[in-house]
Amino acid sequence: MSKKEEVFKDGKRPDGRANDELRPMKMKVGILSNADGSSYLEWGGNKVICGVYGPREAIPKHSQDPKKSLVKVKYSMSTFASKEEHGRAGPSRRSNEISKVIKEALENMVFTEKYPRTQIDVFVDVLQAEGGTRVASITAAALALADAGIPMKDMCCGVAVGKAGDQIIVDLGKEEDNLGQSDMPLALSNRDKNILLLQMDGLLTLEEIEKAIELAEKASDKIHEMQKKAINSVYTEEPEEVFTM
Amino acid sequence: MGDIKDLIMKEGRRNVLMNMLGKGERLDGRDFNEYRPISVQKGVADTAEGSAVAQIGNTKVLAAVKITSATPFPDRPEEGIFITSAEFLQLADPTFEGGPPREDAIELARVVDRGIRSAEIIDTGSFFIEEGKVLALFLDLYVLDNRGNLMDTAGLAAAAALKDTKIPKVEDGQLIMGEVDRDLNPPEIPVPTTFVKIGHYWVVDPLKDEENVADSRLTITTTSKHVCTMQKAQGVLAKEELLNNINISFNIGKDIRKYL
Repeated sequence: MSKKEEVFKDGKRPDGRANDELRPMKMKVGILSNADGSSYLEWGGNKVICGVYGPREAIPKHSQDPKKSLVKVKYSMSTFASKEEHGRAGPSRRSNEISKVIKEALENMVFTEKYPRTQIDVFVDVLQAEGGTRVASITAAALALADAGIPMKDMCCGVAVGKAGDQIIVDLGKEEDNLGQSDMPLALSNRDKNILLLQMDGLLTLEEIEKAIELAEKASDKIHEMQKKAINSVYTEEPEEVFTM
Repeated sequence: MGDIKDLIMKEGRRNVLMNMLGKGERLDGRDFNEYRPISVQKGVADTAEGSAVAQIGNTKVLAAVKITSATPFPDRPEEGIFITSAEFLQLADPTFEGGPPREDAIELARVVDRGIRSAEIIDTGSFFIEEGKVLALFLDLYVLDNRGNLMDTAGLAAAAALKDTKIPKVEDGQLIMGEVDRDLNPPEIPVPTTFVKIGHYWVVDPLKDEENVADSRLTITTTSKHVCTMQKAQGVLAKEELLNNINISFNIGKDIRKYL
């Protein structure tokens, strides 16, 4: 039996989840003292930390937009984040592309016209990776922006959908991502379910894509509930001092 | 961007385009779902194992394939290597700058790469030579002239170059350049279709002027039966718009494949 057949045997997901079931998630905001807003997200085996600075004066000066704020995103993966090997520090082609698509998702949500000539910096660092780091990052980034008190049109919820073992599934784990048939990372604005981030690889038909988006819409509601709870907890609970990894 | 003059010009251009689109017109008189004239010329670089120049309107991209022997990646010791990169030559556009590839070039290379990988048209399993040695296929995209829609032009050039690719002979673990073993012969052709949204209107194959004022941009790459890659760039997209655009890109893909 090939590894692929072994992982997807009897039509079950490797970790026994239902097709529409998310991995366990934990969210927390306000975990960094210097940043204007911050968040920490655990999602299955992913651990992501995010800090937001700004709005602050945009540099270099010629990059300033007299009508709006620039959202800048830097996604990076720590060198020890993957199980297999020691990664290289600094930006890669992959991380550059991910930074770009996350930026192009978040800038639609922020009322950028409120802060002309400024920039809002979003730094996301993946401390531990287990499939779906870009959607975990964007979910954490939206939380940190909210924590920074930056006015937004809607909350942004990221989730990957796709196809593995001939099933359309939500929230692909690492094995499903690597050995599956297709991976489609999405980020949705929760209220109107508009698509803010969309990428895809592998092979899907139109019908499968439609079905996958429906799964993502349902997942988005669940993720949004948790985001709300995390932000509310700052005002309702005694803040905990500990930050455990 | 910081210049107020540029900002006013941009808004003026946008208004002109929106008014035209409202009347069902585009700058160059095309329909919303119509491509500019397409041409593909294969075998333009003799030193490469495969090459092609694709042209959509006046946008021109050269793709070249080089095949060498290489050490496989440690996690896939029996599989060949396939790497795509893109170079925005400074002669192609007054706004292109020198230096290492920027965001746009990286995105272009990666989206074309994903289209080819997802369509499973390069059998890297057949690239094994011997223990610790495999064939590596480098697909390099050179933007020669940019008048908008680099993504689709590059995708087309890449597919044509792969169709033109001849795999060199291997004897006693050594690659013999200049002697052909077999054609690469890709079984499928992934075709990227790029859409931009200006106001309420989606148009395909955007001109540079349309790209510059677009609210959203979306690329859908299709094979004959499947969607194999999608990439949303700036802007917002409703589910219905996505599904509708997927249908359009299947139809356009069918037409474009005739040029290869």
